[in-house]
Amino acid sequence: MTEFLQQLINGLALGSIYALIALGYTMVYGVLRFINFAHGDVFMVGAFCGFYLTPLLGATLPHESLVLATLVLISAMAICAALGITIERFAYRPLRNKPKLTVLITAIGVSLLIEYVAQHKKVFGPSPQTFPSLLPSRNFELSGLVINSIELVVLAVTALLIIVLQFIVHRTKLGTAMRAVSFNAPAAALMGININVVISFTFGLGSALAAAAGILYASKYPSIDPLMGIMPGLKAFVAAVLGGIGNIPGAALGGLVLGLVDTFMSGTSFSNYRDAIAFAILILILLFKPAGLLGRSEVEKV
Amino acid sequence: MIRLPPKVLLLLGIVACFLLSFAAHSRFLNAYYLDIILGIGINIILAVSLNLINGYTGQFSLGHAGFMAVGAYTAASVTTFWGPAFLRAFGTAKTGGVPVLFLIALCAGGLLAALVGIAVGVPSLRLKGDYLAIVTLGFGEIIRVIFQNIEAVGPSRGMKGIATYTTFFWTYSWVAITIFTVLSLVHSTYGRGFLAVHDDEVAASAMGINTTRYKVTAFIVGAFFAGIAGGLYAHLKTFIAPAGFDFMMSIEIVTIVILGGMGNTPGVIAAAVLLTLLPQGLRVLAGLQIGGHSLRWVAELRMIIYALLIILIMLTRPQGLFSVHGLKPRQAPG
Repeated sequence: MTEFLQQLINGLALGSIYALIALGYTMVYGVLRFINFAHGDVFMVGAFCGFYLTPLLGATLPHESLVLATLVLISAMAICAALGITIERFAYRPLRNKPKLTVLITAIGVSLLIEYVAQHKKVFGPSPQTFPSLLPSRNFELSGLVINSIELVVLAVTALLIIVLQFIVHRTKLGTAMRAVSFNAPAAALMGININVVISFTFGLGSALAAAAGILYASKYPSIDPLMGIMPGLKAFVAAVLGGIGNIPGAALGGLVLGLVDTFMSGTSFSNYRDAIAFAILILILLFKPAGLLGRSEVEKV
Repeated sequence: MIRLPPKVLLLLGIVACFLLSFAAHSRFLNAYYLDIILGIGINIILAVSLNLINGYTGQFSLGHAGFMAVGAYTAASVTTFWGPAFLRAFGTAKTGGVPVLFLIALCAGGLLAALVGIAVGVPSLRLKGDYLAIVTLGFGEIIRVIFQNIEAVGPSRGMKGIATYTTFFWTYSWVAITIFTVLSLVHSTYGRGFLAVHDDEVAASAMGINTTRYKVTAFIVGAFFAGIAGGLYAHLKTFIAPAGFDFMMSIEIVTIVILGGMGNTPGVIAAAVLLTLLPQGLRVLAGLQIGGHSLRWVAELRMIIYALLIILIMLTRPQGLFSVHGLKPRQAPG
């Protein structure tokens, strides 16, 4: 039982990171109807922003303090938001009305570009780096259960970000515009909504969440390298599809489910098949309930 | 101009391969160049077969490396585990044992890959575009993880010491067979269906075309030749590891198809030659000195140039470098 609860906590922490990345996929899919393959790499850039900003900002601020951690997190989110908006402006916007495959291949190209630029020795370099600790790590014992403070931080930050996101999407003007574009883009444009601004905003928001996920992931697993975004990125995409792509609560739910599956698989003798299981889930979901757990199915009009 | 029937051309091609193979394996060509030439052949097989799925039929598969892995592992297992017994029973090279063994191994690899192709083709009946891409990608990764966990084929360390059976003759004969099969299939009366599925699936099925059958056929034929290419690859490099057949390998093949132009076989062949030579060319360039400045930075920027190339081509020429007909394949040949 203790073992089970222990895995449950680990799984929830990992799942909440997947959820943060999945939110970016799902929001972009909501407004543009395409998979942003470069999203996992924005997550990687977020982690590296944390890696370089911590010593930079740590020069004036106390080490391992809450102020420093918050500042690093927010700066990394801002940098990645700018990166996301830039990618959309230069790679995806010129292809807005082109066939979907063209956009998909461009997205793969952008993903490769970020990975290779990051691997260049004058940028991040190809070898793994050790992520600095942002907050002191402490283990709490609760009747045999060991809870690491970083896992609690991961859960708290994720919860906070999802609440903020819900507020932005449901209570602000831009959020309303976002939902309108997602529902019917041409009609939204006729109502005077500036589609380009909404799409840029969506990319910025999604990329900021990916950056936060990158820093949380790097705090939990402190070895970072330029290819670290590929697997979490793919798994978060599976999570987004699992929950129903285009659906924000669905992405959060899908992320948690996938994190739990991932963690519980690691504990069994099937741990070597962990990555394959995520894709098996994806294929089964797409075959039997393509709309996802919380998604609504769309009727194709001929 | 006299137009020869395709079958005669195929036969002539194979005979030419046979004659050329004497030249290729003599002393005129060193091992380095031969390796590149055979690499080009294998990439042509991969790209032309993927072009049937992605180009002519308009599906989007990102799992071609998975089919290749199935072919490579199957063929290598046949020659490594069963080969010695076979050769003892039927004699070696001089009595024709080796070619027969290699043919059996390649076909076994191709057929098993085709079987996997059915498994991957079936989801394509319900999915399209992005979703299909991600599902085929998932299948490719699942295949890789499975090979990583089979003890007999040296899990993630890979399989070493595979016999070097791949020659110029074998590679280019299969190139000829692949091109012949794909072109004959697409340009036959039956093959019009592939283009119809590509152009408009709904209209095609309204016209009574069994779109399901065409899509699965494309996957089976494409997977078969990818499996053959995998077998050739395994017996050329003599070493295979699961990491060599990952998502990146699939992307490389897709890039060749895009560069050549979807549904444009001559363009795809040209792109396969070009993209296989590109790294070698950049390597040569990196070794040069211009005005006392070393060009070594070219080698470091090689992959960045590659990625930029994909983006730029998509932005400026989405129909491919060598295509003049746009993304849609030619409506009627000749």
